[in-house]
Formats: sequence, C-alpha cells, structure tokens
Amino acid sequence: MAEVSCRKVVKIYDGGVQAVKGIDLDIKDHEFVVLVGPSGCGKSTTLRMIAGLEEISDGEIWIGGDIVNDVPPRDRDIAMVFQNYALYPHMSVFDNMAFGLKLRKFPRDEIKRRVDEAARILDIAPLLDRKPKALSGGQRQRVAMGRAIVRNPKVFLFDEPLSNLDAKLRVQMRTEIKKVHQTVRTTTIYVTHDQVEAMTLADRVVVMNQGIIEQIGSPQELYHNPQTRFVAGFIGSPAMNFLPCRIEAADGGISVRLTPRIALAVPPARADRYGPYKDREMLLGIRPEHVFDRHPSEPPRPGWAPMDALVDVVEPMGMETMVHFFIDGTPVCARCEPSTPAEPEKMLPLWADMTQMHLIEPSSGRVV
Amino acid sequence: MSASLGAVASGMPIGRRHPKSRNERSWALWCSYIALGFFAFIYLVPPFYEVMTSLKTSAEIGAEKGTPWIVHHPTLANFWYLITYHNFQIYYLNTVIVTLLTVAVSMVISVLAAFSLSRMGFWGSKTLATGVFLTYLVPASLLFIPLFQIIGAIGLINSYWCLVLIYPTLAVPFCTWIMIGYFGSIPKELDEAALIDGAGYLQMLWRIFIPVAMPGIIAATIFAFTVSWGNFIYPLAYLYTSNQMVLTVGIVSDLIRGDVFEWGKIMAANVLASAPPIIIYAFLMDYYIAGLTAGATKG
Repeated sequence: MAEVSCRKVVKIYDGGVQAVKGIDLDIKDHEFVVLVGPSGCGKSTTLRMIAGLEEISDGEIWIGGDIVNDVPPRDRDIAMVFQNYALYPHMSVFDNMAFGLKLRKFPRDEIKRRVDEAARILDIAPLLDRKPKALSGGQRQRVAMGRAIVRNPKVFLFDEPLSNLDAKLRVQMRTEIKKVHQTVRTTTIYVTHDQVEAMTLADRVVVMNQGIIEQIGSPQELYHNPQTRFVAGFIGSPAMNFLPCRIEAADGGISVRLTPRIALAVPPARADRYGPYKDREMLLGIRPEHVFDRHPSEPPRPGWAPMDALVDVVEPMGMETMVHFFIDGTPVCARCEPSTPAEPEKMLPLWADMTQMHLIEPSSGRVV
Repeated sequence: MSASLGAVASGMPIGRRHPKSRNERSWALWCSYIALGFFAFIYLVPPFYEVMTSLKTSAEIGAEKGTPWIVHHPTLANFWYLITYHNFQIYYLNTVIVTLLTVAVSMVISVLAAFSLSRMGFWGSKTLATGVFLTYLVPASLLFIPLFQIIGAIGLINSYWCLVLIYPTLAVPFCTWIMIGYFGSIPKELDEAALIDGAGYLQMLWRIFIPVAMPGIIAATIFAFTVSWGNFIYPLAYLYTSNQMVLTVGIVSDLIRGDVFEWGKIMAANVLASAPPIIIYAFLMDYYIAGLTAGATKG
C-alpha cells in the first residue's frame, strides 16, 4: 500500500506534442482515484508514466515515498490491468496469474495459495485450467484483475479496463471492481473516458482536459460544484445545458435574461455572488434535472423560475422523460416526470430550479 | 444488414441468396477450379515423371516403344543402389548437417534481431529493419564471386562449413522480415504486461514472444530449411570433392558421368532428396501460411 504523487509532471512526445502539461496530483494510501476526460486529454499517458511505461519529460513521480522517475516498471511494485486484458494467450489462467510471482521466485506453495485466494475473490476458481481464448470477455477481465491482485502490489493501475465489454457486463464488472477494492484496499488509479464509471467507482475524480487537470474532487463535489465549464459539461448525463445570458437588475434583485421574453430570477442567496457580473454576457449552466415540469398539485418552491418551451423531441425513458427544446437557437434538455403532457410542436410550461444554477464566465470558462 | 433489409424489402426470405449472386459465385468457383487444376497439372507433371522414371530399369528408360508415363516393370533397384551407395550417404549426411546448422544459426539470429527491431523501439530501428530486408533483394548469384574471395581467404573452400557460414546470410534477412511482421502483430500491451510482471527482455522473448509467435517462427524455419536444402549455386562453386558435397551437387556430379546420364538413379536421388521438404511442408503448411499472412491481417 502506498501514496502516489505527481509533481509538475510533463510529457512531451518526439514530435513536440505536449500530452501532459505539468500536472500535480496527490493520491492517498488506500484511495481509489479515477482519471477521467475525453480522448487525448493525457489521462492514459499520466497512468503510463506512473507505471513506468512512458518516460517522464519533466517533473517527479513518487510511489510510497520514493521518486520512481528512473525506476523500471518491474521495480515499482505496481500492477496494471489493460483495456484489451493483455493475457498471455499460450498460458492457462493459473499460469497467467502466477507468471509475475514465478518471475519473482516465490515458493510454489505460496504461488498456489495466492492464486487460489485471488480466484476465490474474483469467482474464477473453476476457470484456472482454461486458456484465455476459452473465456468470455468478462472472465478475461477478471483474470487480468486476478493477475494484478496476486502480486499484492503497492498500487493498482487500471487503463480503461471495461471499454471492451458490452454495456450490461460493464455495469456488472464495475461493481466487481468496487467490491475488490473494498476487499483488498490497495491504492488504485483508474483511467476511463466514461464519467459514469468515474462517478460510481471513485473516492476522488480527477478531470483532465488537454493535458491539464481541470478539477479534483469527490464525485458529489464535481457534480454540484464544478469549477469550470468543461467539468460542468463533462460530468453528468445528460450533459448540463449551457445558455448564453445577460445578468440584469430586476425588482431589487438580479435576473438571468435568456431572451427578450425569458428572464429567470436569481435567488437572493446568490445575488451577492453574481452582482459583480451585472450587465455582462455570461453563460447559464443548469442541469436537465433542474429544468422540469411541475405537477399541477405541487406549489412552486422558492428559487423556481417559470419558462415556456416549444417542445422539439420527447424521449420517454421509463422512470423519467427527457424533453428537448430550444431557447433562442440553443438546445436545452429537461428531465420531466414520466406522466408529462409534453408533445412535439406544443408549448409546455417548465420550471428552472435556479438554486442549482451555475454562472460561467465565457472568456475564461470559470464557474463564478 | 443492408443486404438483409434489401432482401426483406424485395419479398425474399432472409438467408437465401439472390439467383444472380448464386450464378456469379458458381462461375467464380468454376474459374477457380479450372485455374487451380491447370496449375496443379503443370506443377505435378515433373514430380510424377520423376517418380515414374525412378521406378524403371535403365532398359525400360531407354526403350523407344511404349509410353514413358507408365512403369511396366517397377523396380526399387535405383533406390536400393542409392541407399547403399557410400557417396550418396555422405551427401545426405552433409546436407542434413549443413541444413540443421543453417536453420539453427538463422533462427537464433533472426528471432533476436526481429524482436529487438520490432519491440524495443531504439533509435534507427525502423531504418535498420528496412535495411535488413533490402539486403534480401540482392540476388544470391551476384554474391558468390566476392564471397568466393572471402571464403578462400579464411580457408573454407571445399568445406561444407563454408555453406554453414554463407546460407544464414541468405536466410536471415527474409526470416527476420517474417518475424518482424509476426512480432509486430502481437499487441503492445503483452510486453507491457510482462514488463510490469517483472520480466526482462530476454525472459519476455523466451516465455511470451516465442510461444505466441510460434507460427511465424515455423514459417521462418521452413524458409531457412528450403534455402539450405535446395541451394545449388554455392555448393557448385565452392565444393569439389565427394566427401564435402551436398545432395544438390552430389547427385549431378556423381550420377552424370561424362555423357552418360543415369536417369533412373538421378530421379530416385531426386525423390529421396525431395522427401524431407515434402514431409515438413505437409505437416507444417498451416503454420507456414499463418506465419506469412500474420502481419497482413492483424492490427
């Protein structure tokens, strides 16, 4: 078990492409940290630098209190699970899991004990004699995890391990990974582009974009208090709505003007915070679940602002219905009750919960 | 998908081929069979004639009457003569020694070279890999004169050891090229997983890459075997006494005496000399094809 730290870590590839631009990251012992971001954001490069599979152009990486910049992967005491499993095709499941221990000259009894224990945790004991080609995708991924567990390393590294699985199996394996971490408590760094995976697995999520860290925080923190437009838009599904707006004085308070006809009152508690942005062009960020239709029997609450929408598309999902419409050409998604009367091409009275709004400065992309 | 939809739209049951496409397929198959039959005939006639002649007596071979394609009085006398003929035994033994050593040396060099060129990614490795292949493009018949001087200088003229030295120079470039393609088709994550598991490069090669790349290695081995077993020009140029000769030159120099061609024995010798490559090809053909096509079809 160990802490992992990145200090001003930079990666510049031969062609001059700067994949990672001086990131700082401290991961605590036993912590499950997920690096998430779109393709090319530098998350996999960061993980591979921690693994020792990529050289570091500048900065320091610490594992368990030691600088490991020049330490080869085998001496970093880490284990890695790859997207395509990377199982040795000519070896049985047992031999795949035992390979690292055999290379480290562990006694045969100890190897068997560890492999059996890992197989029990991962429920793959009946598969130990099989070759990888005789396994399903989910079983292969379990074996890959088993290969990591038997080593009892300081750190687990997962590089998009569920991307090759179908949607149903991905959800199942996600739970398994979380269960394994709860059992073995090894410090874990997990890379994914799937924000749902990131939110469900992580103690802390690191959102990366274009080689920098946009924000580090717990899933709830990132969801409710994003610091940048990128994080606000990346975390959450469906994505947050962003609407160009102008902050205006109104009735002793301030309001967010979206169109000449639509102005949403800002709750008094936020008036001070948004006051300095009066008369400036800003972006209103509001999640689909905070734009909804009100049941006629339910009175509007403080902070709710009414808005009428000409419905474009209705997507019934079962437990909720997504209603898509446009405000001044900008697409907006609202999460409504399944019983919503919304119909395409018809007006629908909606409400925005402005206590959950985010105001974004367009030039810097910072949430104010 | 679109084909199925099209079939449904036109009222045709899914899974049944359109008559036009069935006709096209049947035409293509007929053309393939005719072409394959033609080439099989062309290639099989010489060995057939060889086997027939090897089973004839000299009198039958020399007879002007009757068709030469059929044996009227089959005999194994030619084979028995060769099996008990000391020189032929020497040629066979020399060929086996030269070939085994050539294959061993070529495979050790080409597997190590291919692994380092394809997986270790050092500076200039790509240029070097191309350079290795370019050396294969130099015709062997151009090299035997300058090589004659080198072999002479180190005192190996008229010694089959010179072939053990020369043949790998012919086999290694192509074997390395085959192996580079095969190693290149193995996912990068496999060596990364091995590195993290604690393997060094040699362990990685021995315990992961060689077992995984076995079809490629077998393909390269067959190529090295063929280069060594069937080469004619080098032994003809460098070897001139019977005790050093290999099969290819031994047969023609020993069984053609002046203007006397002992066709029965020559053909029987050819059959015996062809047996090992045929057996090896027959057993390992699937590996050979898999090895040659690996780089073309995988990631």
